Amino acid sequence: MIWLAATLMASGTAFLLIAAVGLIRLPDPLQRMHSATKAGTLGTTLLLIGVMLSGETAIDPTAMLTIAFLLVTLPLGAQLLGRASYLSGTKLDGLGEDPLRKELDGDPDG
Amino acid sequence: MIALSAVAGTLTVVLALALVLAGWRMVRGPTLADRFIALDMLTALAVGFAALTSAATGRGEFLDIGLGLALINFVATAAFAAFLEHKRRKP
Repeated sequence: MIWLAATLMASGTAFLLIAAVGLIRLPDPLQRMHSATKAGTLGTTLLLIGVMLSGETAIDPTAMLTIAFLLVTLPLGAQLLGRASYLSGTKLDGLGEDPLRKELDGDPDG
Repeated sequence: MIALSAVAGTLTVVLALALVLAGWRMVRGPTLADRFIALDMLTALAVGFAALTSAATGRGEFLDIGLGLALINFVATAAFAAFLEHKRRKP
């Protein structure tokens, strides 16, 4: 049990570190958001599960609630931020033509 | 047999490196969207720090701090996204 908790905590920290590296290395805001959200959600969840297993009580209601809340809100917040950063005129690297231009009313070239 | 509090303490130092990287993006970020994304990441890291501190000290109260940060994170992200979108619509 103690090894499982340590492994989960270590892998959660590793995922958070990878997310932060992606935040530095990736070229445009949408890709950075992708890195921060997916790896960040997974890392935080693994870390919380590891911490929960390390305590005396195996199921901690606060940690469970935090995990559930993070799993719901982090992707939602990322979607909001992605939409907002697209509408605020982010350049899309590596994409030939912009398929979203006609879909959203506030297109980048106004 | 390993001491979990020592493991958690060591992992806190590793997580500080991620904090530095995200903070650099926050300071440097060319656009406003980059800064908001970095802020989102920084709050997720803060939840991680709260969880690790809870494991390192053996006090469950730090998990409550993590829950509070997670709650604030969503409201802040939604507000900043709305701000960014509004800013674009009405320059």
